[in-house]
Amino acid sequence: MSPMIELRNVRKTFNKTIHAVAGVDLEVAEGEVVVIVGPSGSGKSTVLRCINLLEVPTSGDVIVDGKSLMDASTDLDEARAEMGMVFQGFNLFPHLTVLENITLAQKKVRGRDSAEAGRIAHEQLARVGIPEKADSYPRQLSGGQQQRVAIARSLAMNPKIMLFDEPTSALDPEMIKEVLDVIVELAATGMTMVVVTHEMGFARAAADRLVFIDEGVIVETGPPEDVFTNPQNERTKAFFDKILAY
Amino acid sequence: MTGSPDLQSAGKHRGEGSLLPYGKVRSESEPAWKGQPYWAYIVALVILLMGLKVFLDADYDLARKNIFPGIWITIRSTFIAFGLALVISLIAGLGQISNNVVARNLSRAFIELIRGIPVLPLIFVLALVIIPDISKAAGAPNSVPNDLRAILALALIYGAYMAEIIRGGVQSIPRGQMEAGRSLGLSSGETMRSIIFPQAARAIIPPMANDFIAILKDTSLLSVLGVLEITRRTRQYSASSFKFPEAFFTMTFVYLVLVIGLSILLSMFERRFTRDRVGER
Repeated sequence: MSPMIELRNVRKTFNKTIHAVAGVDLEVAEGEVVVIVGPSGSGKSTVLRCINLLEVPTSGDVIVDGKSLMDASTDLDEARAEMGMVFQGFNLFPHLTVLENITLAQKKVRGRDSAEAGRIAHEQLARVGIPEKADSYPRQLSGGQQQRVAIARSLAMNPKIMLFDEPTSALDPEMIKEVLDVIVELAATGMTMVVVTHEMGFARAAADRLVFIDEGVIVETGPPEDVFTNPQNERTKAFFDKILAY
Repeated sequence: MTGSPDLQSAGKHRGEGSLLPYGKVRSESEPAWKGQPYWAYIVALVILLMGLKVFLDADYDLARKNIFPGIWITIRSTFIAFGLALVISLIAGLGQISNNVVARNLSRAFIELIRGIPVLPLIFVLALVIIPDISKAAGAPNSVPNDLRAILALALIYGAYMAEIIRGGVQSIPRGQMEAGRSLGLSSGETMRSIIFPQAARAIIPPMANDFIAILKDTSLLSVLGVLEITRRTRQYSASSFKFPEAFFTMTFVYLVLVIGLSILLSMFERRFTRDRVGER
Protein backbone atom coordinates (compact mmCIF):
# COMPACT_ATOMS: atom_id res chain seq x y z
CA MET A 1 0.00 0.00 0.00
CA SER A 2 1.28 3.43 -0.86
CA PRO A 3 2.11 5.69 2.08
CA MET A 4 -0.29 8.39 3.30
CA ILE A 5 2.47 11.00 3.34
CA GLU A 6 5.63 10.88 1.29
CA LEU A 7 8.40 13.47 1.27
CA ARG A 8 10.90 12.99 -1.54
CA ASN A 9 14.25 14.71 -1.19
CA VAL A 10 12.56 17.82 0.25
CA ARG A 11 14.79 20.86 0.62
CA LYS A 12 13.89 24.24 2.03
CA THR A 13 16.31 27.13 1.80
CA PHE A 14 15.63 30.54 3.34
CA ASN A 15 17.26 33.64 1.85
CA LYS A 16 19.24 31.39 -0.50
CA THR A 17 21.78 30.64 2.25
CA ILE A 18 20.05 29.02 5.21
CA HIS A 19 19.39 25.36 4.54
CA ALA A 20 16.61 24.64 7.00
CA VAL A 21 15.76 21.33 5.39
CA ALA A 22 18.57 19.73 3.43
CA GLY A 23 17.11 16.74 1.65
CA VAL A 24 14.54 14.81 3.66
CA ASP A 25 12.88 11.57 2.60
CA LEU A 26 10.05 10.44 4.83
CA GLU A 27 7.18 8.05 4.42
CA VAL A 28 4.27 7.84 6.80
CA ALA A 29 1.87 4.94 6.42
CA GLU A 30 -1.85 5.22 6.99
CA GLY A 31 -2.58 5.04 10.70
CA GLU A 32 1.05 5.48 11.64
CA VAL A 33 2.11 7.88 14.39
CA VAL A 34 5.46 9.46 13.65
CA VAL A 35 7.12 11.66 16.24
CA ILE A 36 9.85 14.03 15.10
CA VAL A 37 12.44 15.15 17.65
CA GLY A 38 15.64 17.12 17.40
CA PRO A 39 17.50 20.15 18.75
CA SER A 40 15.97 23.60 18.25
CA GLY A 41 16.76 25.04 14.87
CA SER A 42 17.24 21.57 13.43
CA GLY A 43 14.50 22.06 10.85
CA LYS A 44 11.95 19.67 12.34
CA SER A 45 9.11 22.22 12.33
CA THR A 46 9.96 23.22 8.77
CA VAL A 47 9.72 19.59 7.69
CA LEU A 48 6.27 19.39 9.28
CA ARG A 49 5.16 22.62 7.66
CA CYS A 50 6.29 21.30 4.29
CA ILE A 51 3.77 18.47 4.58
CA ASN A 52 0.78 20.81 4.16
CA LEU A 53 2.83 23.30 2.17
CA LEU A 54 2.62 26.11 4.73
CA GLU A 55 6.27 26.19 3.70
CA VAL A 56 6.69 25.54 0.02
CA PRO A 57 9.77 23.37 -0.42
CA THR A 58 12.57 24.87 -2.49
CA SER A 59 12.86 21.52 -4.23
CA GLY A 60 11.64 17.96 -3.88
CA ASP A 61 8.15 16.54 -3.84
CA VAL A 62 5.40 16.20 -1.25
CA ILE A 63 2.84 13.48 -1.95
CA VAL A 64 -0.19 13.22 0.30
CA ASP A 65 -2.82 10.56 -0.19
CA GLY A 66 -1.49 9.85 -3.68
CA LYS A 67 -1.45 13.46 -4.88
CA SER A 68 1.62 15.62 -5.36
CA LEU A 69 1.12 18.96 -3.63
CA MET A 70 3.99 20.42 -5.66
CA ASP A 71 1.95 19.80 -8.79
CA ALA A 72 0.38 23.18 -9.59
CA SER A 73 -2.83 21.49 -10.74
CA THR A 74 -3.50 20.00 -7.31
CA ASP A 75 -6.10 21.97 -5.33
CA LEU A 76 -4.14 22.95 -2.22
CA ASP A 77 -7.16 24.11 -0.24
CA GLU A 78 -8.82 20.76 -0.82
CA ALA A 79 -5.67 18.90 0.20
CA ARG A 80 -5.21 21.01 3.32
CA ALA A 81 -8.77 20.35 4.43
CA GLU A 82 -7.73 16.70 4.79
CA MET A 83 -4.80 17.63 7.04
CA GLY A 84 -5.51 19.10 10.44
CA MET A 85 -2.73 21.22 11.86
CA VAL A 86 -2.19 22.17 15.49
CA PHE A 87 0.25 24.99 16.20
CA GLN A 88 2.52 25.77 19.10
CA GLY A 89 0.75 29.12 19.59
CA PHE A 90 -2.81 27.66 19.20
CA ASN A 91 -3.79 30.29 16.60
CA LEU A 92 -7.44 30.32 17.59
CA PHE A 93 -9.44 33.15 16.03
CA PRO A 94 -9.76 35.63 18.90
CA HIS A 95 -12.78 37.47 17.47
CA LEU A 96 -14.87 34.31 17.31
CA THR A 97 -16.34 32.15 20.06
CA VAL A 98 -15.08 28.63 20.55
CA LEU A 99 -18.11 27.32 18.69
CA GLU A 100 -17.58 29.75 15.79
CA ASN A 101 -13.90 28.81 15.69
CA ILE A 102 -14.88 25.19 15.15
CA THR A 103 -17.78 25.73 12.74
CA LEU A 104 -16.25 28.36 10.41
CA ALA A 105 -14.23 26.07 8.14
CA GLN A 106 -16.83 23.30 8.37
CA LYS A 107 -19.35 25.67 6.81
CA LYS A 108 -17.06 27.41 4.32
CA VAL A 109 -15.00 24.41 3.22
CA ARG A 110 -17.16 21.36 3.91
CA GLY A 111 -20.40 23.12 3.06
CA ARG A 112 -22.17 21.95 6.20
CA ASP A 113 -25.15 23.92 7.48
CA SER A 114 -25.04 25.64 10.87
CA ALA A 115 -26.97 22.94 12.66
CA GLU A 116 -24.74 20.12 11.47
CA ALA A 117 -21.53 22.07 11.97
CA GLY A 118 -22.67 22.98 15.47
CA ARG A 119 -23.53 19.40 16.29
CA ILE A 120 -20.11 18.21 15.15
CA ALA A 121 -18.42 21.05 17.04
CA HIS A 122 -20.15 20.02 20.27
CA GLU A 123 -19.14 16.40 19.68
CA GLN A 124 -15.52 17.35 19.23
CA LEU A 125 -15.56 19.66 22.25
CA ALA A 126 -16.90 16.79 24.33
CA ARG A 127 -14.17 14.57 22.93
CA VAL A 128 -11.42 16.98 24.06
CA GLY A 129 -13.13 17.34 27.44
CA ILE A 130 -14.44 20.91 27.43
CA PRO A 131 -18.07 20.69 26.24
CA GLU A 132 -19.05 23.63 28.45
CA LYS A 133 -16.78 26.15 26.71
CA ALA A 134 -18.63 26.46 23.40
CA ASP A 135 -19.74 30.04 23.98
CA SER A 136 -16.51 31.30 25.52
CA TYR A 137 -13.99 33.41 23.69
CA PRO A 138 -10.44 32.05 23.35
CA ARG A 139 -9.10 34.68 25.75
CA GLN A 140 -11.26 33.31 28.52
CA LEU A 141 -9.62 29.90 28.31
CA SER A 142 -6.38 28.58 29.74
CA GLY A 143 -3.60 27.64 27.34
CA GLY A 144 -4.40 23.95 27.69
CA GLN A 145 -8.06 24.57 26.95
CA GLN A 146 -7.20 26.74 23.96
CA GLN A 147 -4.99 24.03 22.53
CA ARG A 148 -7.75 21.48 22.99
CA VAL A 149 -10.14 23.77 21.12
CA ALA A 150 -7.55 24.00 18.33
CA ILE A 151 -7.46 20.19 18.19
CA ALA A 152 -11.27 20.04 18.13
CA ARG A 153 -11.31 22.63 15.36
CA SER A 154 -9.06 20.46 13.21
CA LEU A 155 -10.86 17.21 14.04
CA ALA A 156 -14.22 18.71 13.11
CA MET A 157 -13.05 18.77 9.50
CA ASN A 158 -12.71 14.95 9.59
CA PRO A 159 -9.13 15.05 8.38
CA LYS A 160 -7.23 11.97 7.27
CA ILE A 161 -4.01 13.29 8.79
CA MET A 162 -3.19 15.35 11.88
CA LEU A 163 -0.02 17.42 12.10
CA PHE A 164 1.15 18.75 15.47
CA ASP A 165 3.82 21.44 15.65
CA GLU A 166 5.16 21.44 19.21
CA PRO A 167 1.62 21.42 20.61
CA THR A 168 2.68 21.66 24.26
CA SER A 169 5.71 23.95 24.04
CA ALA A 170 3.76 27.10 24.89
CA LEU A 171 1.89 25.54 27.81
CA ASP A 172 2.38 25.79 31.53
CA PRO A 173 3.62 22.46 32.90
CA GLU A 174 0.37 21.57 34.62
CA MET A 175 -1.53 21.86 31.36
CA ILE A 176 0.73 19.70 29.23
CA LYS A 177 -0.84 16.45 30.35
CA GLU A 178 -4.42 17.43 29.48
CA VAL A 179 -3.34 18.16 25.90
CA LEU A 180 -1.10 15.11 25.55
CA ASP A 181 -3.94 12.91 26.86
CA VAL A 182 -6.10 14.08 23.97
CA ILE A 183 -3.33 13.46 21.45
CA VAL A 184 -2.53 9.99 22.83
CA GLU A 185 -6.21 9.10 22.71
CA LEU A 186 -6.35 10.29 19.13
CA ALA A 187 -3.30 8.21 18.21
CA ALA A 188 -5.09 5.14 19.54
CA THR A 189 -7.96 5.65 17.09
CA GLY A 190 -5.72 4.96 14.12
CA MET A 191 -5.34 8.52 12.92
CA THR A 192 -2.28 9.14 10.75
CA MET A 193 -0.22 11.63 12.73
CA VAL A 194 3.06 13.50 12.57
CA VAL A 195 4.04 15.18 15.81
CA VAL A 196 6.97 17.50 16.43
CA THR A 197 7.61 17.62 20.15
CA HIS A 198 10.10 17.79 22.99
CA GLU A 199 8.00 15.52 25.18
CA MET A 200 10.02 12.30 25.22
CA GLY A 201 7.62 10.54 27.55
CA PHE A 202 4.85 11.21 25.07
CA ALA A 203 7.02 9.98 22.18
CA ARG A 204 7.66 6.76 24.06
CA ALA A 205 3.96 6.27 24.80
CA ALA A 206 2.39 7.20 21.48
CA ALA A 207 4.91 6.93 18.66
CA ASP A 208 5.07 4.02 16.26
CA ARG A 209 8.26 5.53 14.94
CA LEU A 210 10.66 8.15 16.13
CA VAL A 211 12.51 10.38 13.69
CA PHE A 212 15.55 12.31 14.87
CA ILE A 213 16.37 15.36 12.76
CA ASP A 214 19.49 17.49 13.03
CA GLU A 215 20.81 20.20 10.72
CA GLY A 216 18.01 19.67 8.25
CA VAL A 217 18.46 15.94 7.67
CA ILE A 218 17.03 12.79 9.18
CA VAL A 219 19.86 11.37 11.24
CA GLU A 220 18.14 8.33 12.66
CA THR A 221 14.75 6.72 12.68
CA GLY A 222 13.20 3.67 14.32
CA PRO A 223 10.90 2.46 17.09
CA PRO A 224 11.13 4.97 19.97
CA GLU A 225 12.47 2.46 22.50
CA ASP A 226 15.34 1.48 20.20
CA VAL A 227 16.29 5.05 19.38
CA PHE A 228 16.13 6.11 23.01
CA THR A 229 18.08 3.26 24.52
CA ASN A 230 20.36 2.26 21.71
CA PRO A 231 21.01 5.18 19.33
CA GLN A 232 23.26 4.22 16.42
CA ASN A 233 24.42 7.70 15.51
CA GLU A 234 26.75 9.87 17.59
CA ARG A 235 24.60 12.97 17.20
CA THR A 236 21.48 11.13 18.29
CA LYS A 237 23.33 9.76 21.28
CA ALA A 238 24.63 13.22 22.24
CA PHE A 239 21.11 14.69 21.98
CA PHE A 240 19.46 12.08 24.15
CA ASP A 241 22.32 12.17 26.64
CA LYS A 242 21.52 15.83 27.16
CA ILE A 243 17.74 15.74 27.30
CA LEU A 244 17.24 12.43 29.06
CA ALA A 245 19.72 13.27 31.83
CA TYR A 246 16.95 14.30 34.26
CA MET B 1 -21.66 66.51 45.77
CA THR B 2 -20.80 66.24 49.39
CA GLY B 3 -17.25 67.43 49.17
CA SER B 4 -14.06 65.47 49.26
CA PRO B 5 -14.83 61.88 50.24
CA ASP B 6 -11.33 60.98 51.36
CA LEU B 7 -11.34 63.84 53.84
CA GLN B 8 -14.66 62.64 55.19
CA SER B 9 -13.66 59.05 55.59
CA ALA B 10 -10.35 60.06 57.12
CA GLY B 11 -12.24 62.12 59.66
CA LYS B 12 -14.51 59.20 60.44
CA HIS B 13 -11.54 56.92 60.94
CA ARG B 14 -10.06 59.35 63.38
CA GLY B 15 -13.33 59.62 65.23
CA GLU B 16 -13.51 55.84 65.53
CA GLY B 17 -10.00 55.69 66.87
CA SER B 18 -8.31 54.65 63.65
CA LEU B 19 -4.78 53.39 63.93
CA LEU B 20 -3.77 56.00 61.33
CA PRO B 21 -2.75 59.18 63.10
CA TYR B 22 -3.06 61.38 59.98
CA GLY B 23 -5.68 64.02 59.27
CA LYS B 24 -5.81 63.25 55.57
CA VAL B 25 -5.21 59.82 54.10
CA ARG B 26 -3.69 59.22 50.70
CA SER B 27 -6.33 57.55 48.60
CA GLU B 28 -6.17 55.71 45.33
CA SER B 29 -9.62 56.73 44.18
CA GLU B 30 -10.05 60.25 42.87
CA PRO B 31 -12.95 62.34 44.12
CA ALA B 32 -15.83 62.31 41.64
CA TRP B 33 -15.57 65.99 40.70
CA LYS B 34 -12.09 65.44 39.27
CA GLY B 35 -13.37 62.95 36.69
CA GLN B 36 -15.90 65.29 35.08
CA PRO B 37 -15.37 66.07 31.35
CA TYR B 38 -14.90 69.81 31.89
CA TRP B 39 -13.23 70.11 28.51
CA ALA B 40 -16.52 69.11 26.87
CA TYR B 41 -18.42 71.70 28.90
CA ILE B 42 -15.94 74.36 27.76
CA VAL B 43 -16.27 73.34 24.11
CA ALA B 44 -20.06 73.29 24.35
CA LEU B 45 -20.05 76.71 25.99
CA VAL B 46 -17.80 78.18 23.28
CA ILE B 47 -20.05 76.76 20.54
CA LEU B 48 -23.12 78.11 22.32
CA LEU B 49 -21.66 81.62 22.66
CA MET B 50 -20.50 81.60 19.04
CA GLY B 51 -23.92 80.41 17.94
CA LEU B 52 -25.69 83.16 19.88
CA LYS B 53 -23.52 85.72 18.13
CA VAL B 54 -23.93 84.24 14.65
CA PHE B 55 -27.67 83.70 14.90
CA LEU B 56 -28.81 86.69 16.97
CA ASP B 57 -26.54 89.52 15.86
CA ALA B 58 -28.20 91.45 13.00
CA ASP B 59 -24.78 92.19 11.46
CA TYR B 60 -24.45 88.49 10.77
CA ASP B 61 -27.69 88.10 8.82
CA LEU B 62 -26.08 88.55 5.42
CA ALA B 63 -23.04 86.46 6.34
CA ARG B 64 -25.33 83.57 7.28
CA LYS B 65 -27.36 83.96 4.13
CA ASN B 66 -24.26 83.92 1.93
CA ILE B 67 -22.20 81.26 3.67
CA PHE B 68 -24.73 78.66 4.86
CA PRO B 69 -25.58 77.37 1.35
CA GLY B 70 -21.95 76.14 1.25
CA ILE B 71 -22.59 73.75 4.14
CA TRP B 72 -24.37 71.26 1.93
CA ILE B 73 -21.60 71.43 -0.69
CA THR B 74 -18.98 70.85 2.01
CA ILE B 75 -20.83 67.88 3.47
CA ARG B 76 -21.50 66.37 0.07
CA SER B 77 -17.87 66.80 -1.02
CA THR B 78 -16.67 65.22 2.23
CA PHE B 79 -18.81 62.11 1.89
CA ILE B 80 -18.13 61.58 -1.81
CA ALA B 81 -14.38 62.11 -1.30
CA PHE B 82 -14.29 59.74 1.67
CA GLY B 83 -16.29 57.07 -0.16
CA LEU B 84 -13.98 57.20 -3.17
CA ALA B 85 -10.89 57.35 -0.95
CA LEU B 86 -12.08 54.23 0.87
CA VAL B 87 -12.30 52.29 -2.40
CA ILE B 88 -8.91 53.59 -3.59
CA SER B 89 -7.30 52.78 -0.24
CA LEU B 90 -8.62 49.22 -0.27
CA ILE B 91 -7.20 48.64 -3.73
CA ALA B 92 -3.84 50.30 -3.03
CA GLY B 93 -3.56 49.00 0.54
CA LEU B 94 -4.24 45.38 -0.35
CA GLY B 95 -2.24 45.80 -3.55
CA GLN B 96 0.79 46.63 -1.44
CA ILE B 97 0.66 43.34 0.43
CA SER B 98 -0.44 41.19 -2.50
CA ASN B 99 1.78 38.49 -3.94
CA ASN B 100 1.35 39.97 -7.39
CA VAL B 101 4.54 41.85 -8.34
CA VAL B 102 2.76 44.32 -10.63
CA ALA B 103 0.03 45.17 -8.11
CA ARG B 104 2.54 45.50 -5.30
CA ASN B 105 4.85 47.87 -7.14
CA LEU B 106 2.14 49.99 -8.74
CA SER B 107 0.44 50.47 -5.36
CA ARG B 108 3.68 51.37 -3.67
CA ALA B 109 4.60 53.86 -6.42
CA PHE B 110 1.16 55.52 -6.29
CA ILE B 111 1.34 55.93 -2.53
CA GLU B 112 4.90 57.24 -2.48
CA LEU B 113 4.21 59.75 -5.26
CA ILE B 114 1.10 61.12 -3.57
CA ARG B 115 2.72 61.26 -0.16
CA GLY B 116 5.71 63.06 -1.64
CA ILE B 117 3.73 66.17 -2.64
CA PRO B 118 1.91 68.66 -0.35
CA VAL B 119 -1.87 68.55 -0.53
CA LEU B 120 -2.56 71.98 -2.02
CA PRO B 121 -0.14 71.75 -4.98
CA LEU B 122 -1.35 68.23 -5.58
CA ILE B 123 -4.98 69.34 -5.73
CA PHE B 124 -4.02 71.93 -8.33
CA VAL B 125 -2.07 69.54 -10.49
CA LEU B 126 -4.55 66.67 -10.23
CA ALA B 127 -7.66 68.73 -10.88
CA LEU B 128 -6.23 71.15 -13.45
CA VAL B 129 -3.60 69.09 -15.26
CA ILE B 130 -3.72 65.36 -14.79
CA ILE B 131 -7.44 64.60 -14.73
CA PRO B 132 -8.18 66.92 -17.73
CA ASP B 133 -5.28 65.33 -19.62
CA ILE B 134 -6.60 61.85 -18.90
CA SER B 135 -10.11 62.77 -20.04
CA LYS B 136 -8.63 64.36 -23.16
CA ALA B 137 -6.55 61.27 -23.87
CA ALA B 138 -9.69 59.18 -23.41
CA GLY B 139 -11.27 61.19 -26.21
CA ALA B 140 -13.69 63.16 -24.02
CA PRO B 141 -12.12 66.51 -23.15
CA ASN B 142 -13.79 68.49 -20.36
CA SER B 143 -16.00 65.53 -19.61
CA VAL B 144 -15.40 65.74 -15.86
CA PRO B 145 -17.08 68.76 -14.25
CA ASN B 146 -14.95 71.07 -12.15
CA ASP B 147 -16.40 70.16 -8.76
CA LEU B 148 -16.00 66.46 -9.40
CA ARG B 149 -12.39 66.92 -10.50
CA ALA B 150 -11.67 68.72 -7.26
CA ILE B 151 -13.34 65.99 -5.21
CA LEU B 152 -11.53 63.28 -7.18
CA ALA B 153 -8.22 64.97 -6.44
CA LEU B 154 -8.98 64.95 -2.71
CA ALA B 155 -10.09 61.32 -2.91
CA LEU B 156 -6.88 60.23 -4.64
CA ILE B 157 -4.76 61.98 -2.03
CA TYR B 158 -6.61 60.54 0.94
CA GLY B 159 -6.86 57.18 -0.80
CA ALA B 160 -3.08 56.99 -0.68
CA TYR B 161 -2.95 58.04 2.98
CA MET B 162 -5.66 55.58 3.96
CA ALA B 163 -4.01 52.76 2.00
CA GLU B 164 -1.25 52.84 4.60
CA ILE B 165 -3.85 52.44 7.33
CA ILE B 166 -5.31 49.39 5.60
CA ARG B 167 -1.88 47.85 5.10
CA GLY B 168 -0.85 48.52 8.68
CA GLY B 169 -4.11 47.10 10.02
CA VAL B 170 -3.86 43.89 8.03
CA GLN B 171 -0.18 43.46 8.87
CA SER B 172 -0.88 43.93 12.57
CA ILE B 173 -2.64 40.56 12.60
CA PRO B 174 -0.19 37.76 13.50
CA ARG B 175 0.86 35.47 10.66
CA GLY B 176 -0.46 32.46 12.54
CA GLN B 177 -4.03 33.61 11.88
CA MET B 178 -3.58 33.31 8.13
CA GLU B 179 -1.76 29.99 8.59
CA ALA B 180 -4.53 28.61 10.78
CA GLY B 181 -7.14 29.62 8.20
CA ARG B 182 -5.21 28.18 5.29
CA SER B 183 -4.43 24.93 7.10
CA LEU B 184 -8.18 24.43 7.61
CA GLY B 185 -8.60 24.55 3.84
CA LEU B 186 -9.95 28.11 3.60
CA SER B 187 -8.81 30.04 0.54
CA SER B 188 -6.68 33.12 1.09
CA GLY B 189 -9.60 35.39 0.11
CA GLU B 190 -11.95 33.62 2.51
CA THR B 191 -9.35 33.78 5.30
CA MET B 192 -9.00 37.52 4.66
CA ARG B 193 -12.77 38.06 4.79
CA SER B 194 -13.64 35.87 7.75
CA ILE B 195 -10.52 36.03 9.89
CA ILE B 196 -8.10 38.84 9.04
CA PHE B 197 -10.44 41.76 8.21
CA PRO B 198 -12.74 41.45 11.22
CA GLN B 199 -9.70 41.63 13.48
CA ALA B 200 -7.90 44.30 11.44
CA ALA B 201 -10.99 46.52 11.62
CA ARG B 202 -10.20 47.30 15.23
CA ALA B 203 -6.87 48.76 14.16
CA ILE B 204 -8.22 50.36 10.99
CA ILE B 205 -11.38 52.16 12.10
CA PRO B 206 -9.94 54.75 14.55
CA PRO B 207 -7.31 56.20 12.16
CA MET B 208 -9.84 56.01 9.31
CA ALA B 209 -12.26 58.10 11.36
CA ASN B 210 -9.41 60.53 11.87
CA ASP B 211 -8.90 60.85 8.13
CA PHE B 212 -12.63 61.25 7.60
CA ILE B 213 -12.48 64.37 9.77
CA ALA B 214 -9.29 65.51 8.03
CA ILE B 215 -11.11 65.26 4.67
CA LEU B 216 -13.93 67.41 6.03
CA LYS B 217 -11.40 70.07 7.03
CA ASP B 218 -9.48 69.79 3.77
CA THR B 219 -12.56 70.39 1.63
CA SER B 220 -11.75 74.01 2.43
CA LEU B 221 -8.84 73.59 0.00
CA LEU B 222 -11.34 72.97 -2.78
CA SER B 223 -12.16 76.68 -2.55
CA VAL B 224 -9.06 77.40 -4.62
CA LEU B 225 -10.66 75.51 -7.51
CA GLY B 226 -13.88 77.48 -7.28
CA VAL B 227 -16.02 74.88 -5.56
CA LEU B 228 -18.73 76.89 -3.81
CA GLU B 229 -18.24 75.37 -0.39
CA ILE B 230 -18.03 77.19 2.93
CA THR B 231 -14.59 78.75 2.56
CA ARG B 232 -15.16 79.88 -1.04
CA ARG B 233 -18.45 81.52 -0.15
CA THR B 234 -16.88 83.21 2.87
CA ARG B 235 -14.14 84.72 0.75
CA GLN B 236 -16.58 85.89 -1.91
CA TYR B 237 -18.92 87.46 0.63
CA SER B 238 -16.16 89.13 2.64
CA ALA B 239 -14.43 90.50 -0.45
CA SER B 240 -17.61 92.04 -1.80
CA SER B 241 -19.06 93.34 1.48
CA PHE B 242 -15.87 94.10 3.44
CA LYS B 243 -17.55 92.40 6.42
CA PHE B 244 -14.45 90.34 7.15
CA PRO B 245 -14.97 89.77 10.89
CA GLU B 246 -18.57 88.62 10.44
CA ALA B 247 -17.68 86.39 7.48
CA PHE B 248 -14.68 84.67 9.07
CA PHE B 249 -16.36 84.25 12.44
CA THR B 250 -19.39 82.63 10.82
CA MET B 251 -17.16 80.34 8.75
CA THR B 252 -15.22 79.26 11.83
CA PHE B 253 -18.43 78.55 13.71
CA VAL B 254 -19.80 76.42 10.88
CA TYR B 255 -16.62 74.34 10.59
CA LEU B 256 -16.44 73.84 14.33
CA VAL B 257 -20.02 72.56 14.48
CA LEU B 258 -19.49 70.29 11.46
CA VAL B 259 -16.21 68.82 12.73
CA ILE B 260 -17.43 68.28 16.29
CA GLY B 261 -20.66 66.81 14.96
CA LEU B 262 -18.82 64.37 12.71
CA SER B 263 -16.44 63.45 15.53
CA ILE B 264 -19.35 62.55 17.78
CA LEU B 265 -20.98 60.49 15.03
CA LEU B 266 -17.74 58.67 14.27
CA SER B 267 -16.90 57.95 17.87
CA MET B 268 -20.35 56.39 18.30
CA PHE B 269 -19.68 54.24 15.25
CA GLU B 270 -16.20 53.42 16.48
CA ARG B 271 -17.46 52.30 19.85
CA ARG B 272 -19.90 49.96 18.17
CA PHE B 273 -17.27 48.29 16.05
CA THR B 274 -14.24 48.27 18.25
CA ARG B 275 -15.71 47.69 21.68
CA ASP B 276 -14.40 44.77 23.63
CA ARG B 277 -16.74 41.90 23.46
CA VAL B 278 -16.50 39.66 26.49
CA GLY B 279 -13.10 38.06 26.69
CA GLU B 280 -12.06 39.19 23.27
CA ARG B 281 -8.69 40.76 22.76
